[in-house]
Amino acid sequence: MQEKKYVKYTLIGLSVVFLTLMLIIPLLVVIVEALSKGFAVYFKAILDPFTLKAMNLTLLATLAAVVCNTIFGLCAAWVLTKYSFKGKNILSSLIDLPFAISPVIAGLVFVMTFGRISYLNDFLTANNLRIVFATPGIILATIFVTFPFVTRELIPLMQAQGKDEEEAATMMGASGFTIFRKVTLPNIKWGLVYGVVLCTARAMGEFGAVSVVSGHIRGKTNTLPLHIEILYNEYNFTAAFAVASILVIFAILILIVRNIVEWKNEKEA
Amino acid sequence: MYVELKQINKKFGDFKASQDVSFSIEQGKLVGLLGPSGSGKTTILRMIAGLEKPDSGDIIIGGSRVNDIAPGKRGIGFVFQSYALFRHMTLFDNIAFGLTLQKKNKKEIIQKVNELTELIGLTGFEGRYPNQLSGGQRQRVAFARALAPNPKLLLLDEPFAAIDAKVRKELRQWLRTTIAKLGITSIFVTHDQEEAVEVADEIIITNHGQIEQKGTPLQIYKKPATPFVAQFIGESHIIDDYTKFKGFERKNGASPQEKGVLRPEFIEIAKDETEILTPLAAEKGIVRAIYFRGNNIQVDIEVKGQPLTGYRTLEQEDLTIGMEVFVLIHRVYTFDGIHTEVVENRIKTEQDSVYI
Repeated sequence: MQEKKYVKYTLIGLSVVFLTLMLIIPLLVVIVEALSKGFAVYFKAILDPFTLKAMNLTLLATLAAVVCNTIFGLCAAWVLTKYSFKGKNILSSLIDLPFAISPVIAGLVFVMTFGRISYLNDFLTANNLRIVFATPGIILATIFVTFPFVTRELIPLMQAQGKDEEEAATMMGASGFTIFRKVTLPNIKWGLVYGVVLCTARAMGEFGAVSVVSGHIRGKTNTLPLHIEILYNEYNFTAAFAVASILVIFAILILIVRNIVEWKNEKEA
Repeated sequence: MYVELKQINKKFGDFKASQDVSFSIEQGKLVGLLGPSGSGKTTILRMIAGLEKPDSGDIIIGGSRVNDIAPGKRGIGFVFQSYALFRHMTLFDNIAFGLTLQKKNKKEIIQKVNELTELIGLTGFEGRYPNQLSGGQRQRVAFARALAPNPKLLLLDEPFAAIDAKVRKELRQWLRTTIAKLGITSIFVTHDQEEAVEVADEIIITNHGQIEQKGTPLQIYKKPATPFVAQFIGESHIIDDYTKFKGFERKNGASPQEKGVLRPEFIEIAKDETEILTPLAAEKGIVRAIYFRGNNIQVDIEVKGQPLTGYRTLEQEDLTIGMEVFVLIHRVYTFDGIHTEVVENRIKTEQDSVYI
């Protein structure tokens, strides 16, 4: 490989140029723009009540999506790797559906299912339940868009590990829950954490599906990405970039957690 | 009888993994389930353990039917082919796992684990994780872990398959003496006949999901009950018409479908007449291939168009490929689909009596 040094450096150079153009410069622009009118304006934009409300909603939707998809992801991965049954392949493909469908369509699906034109509408209004253009709709849309992450992370891992250890524990009289807690979970914990991290990152940034079901009611159904769009459309660039910088900071935190997880995982393997 | 299987049937889709499997095992015996891969031996073991459910038939352990009893309540220790040690637990925690589940007190657990670590010769390794142990060590830990909850029956699935040849031999002897010392009824699965013969008190031979024969290694070797067994044990050749060889004639009333099985041990290969006691009874053959087998030499020969295999010792003179040699066939197993029989070389026995 020695004589092909130029290949190595060309490839490194290309990657660096590409990343700088596509990632680093835009991110710097976000920070520079956010701070262009000084820290006072920056903090005013961040501490604006509508911004704080949007942040709360984003964190709520993210938390709900992560909790829900972790539980669902564990169940689905367990079923798909430890049992064999008819329709297993169909179930496996269905899990990937949110990756394949455009988020806008996902949002529309929820509007059709729970909105005013739906058959469920009479039942929902009678029971005073609001889903579309309200927090439940945003949570549902976020869950839908992010649900493959945990499952997809766990399935290859659990497939590689097989079910011998679980069977060994069964032979010694361990109950299903004990087996999960003492044998399965410790074996998959880093894969699980990694899936949760990816799911969190995606849930926080979700725009398309949430935009459709949200209705853009300021202080009520606006998440951070939607709030940024509104500020931007109002030509309030400094505020838009300031709020955007919050998402950038979250993203960097998530990346750091992700790297720690990868490092820990490699150390144990 | 401690373990009994009655008319067990099991299908995976269209594949019949077990067909009318019935056998029984006495208490304290070490039994080998021997068969080619895909013959259903592991399925039998997993059904006894409760990891698979038979479609029909009864499994009886210690006098009671266990079909509907959970695997963990059958009093069975299971050693997996992959060992299935808990990879995130130390050697100590692995062995203690079953005892912790039985809610034994700490003192008892420590005492029992220490006892077992000593038995497997790994004292001082208690804090190690499975990936810090060699294959043979892992195998012994898996054995100790299965024994910890005091099972009445020990099941081992291909216990030596993943271990290199030298360690395997040592482990076999170790396992045999340890099981004998503990007196625990044990069943192990293997596809290696040498292993089965060396380790087991009794061998059960499986083929296509059925039991072909059950008996001591010697019985199976000397009196194979079916053509499959005759052929499977030893490196045998099946011969359509064994009467073409000198000294062998078809008996009156023998079925025309009767075939012969020739094992290497039945054949003596001689370089010339001086190496052989009864040259009159010998055929002439051509050496086709020679393999060095470590402690002997395997020689493939062709006699009257029939390929045969025999052994020569290292002390005997070297043969070369293409050489003409004397081949004395001492005896042949015959079978007609129902009976098997041993037929001796008539000329040779007559000559022997002349010598006397």
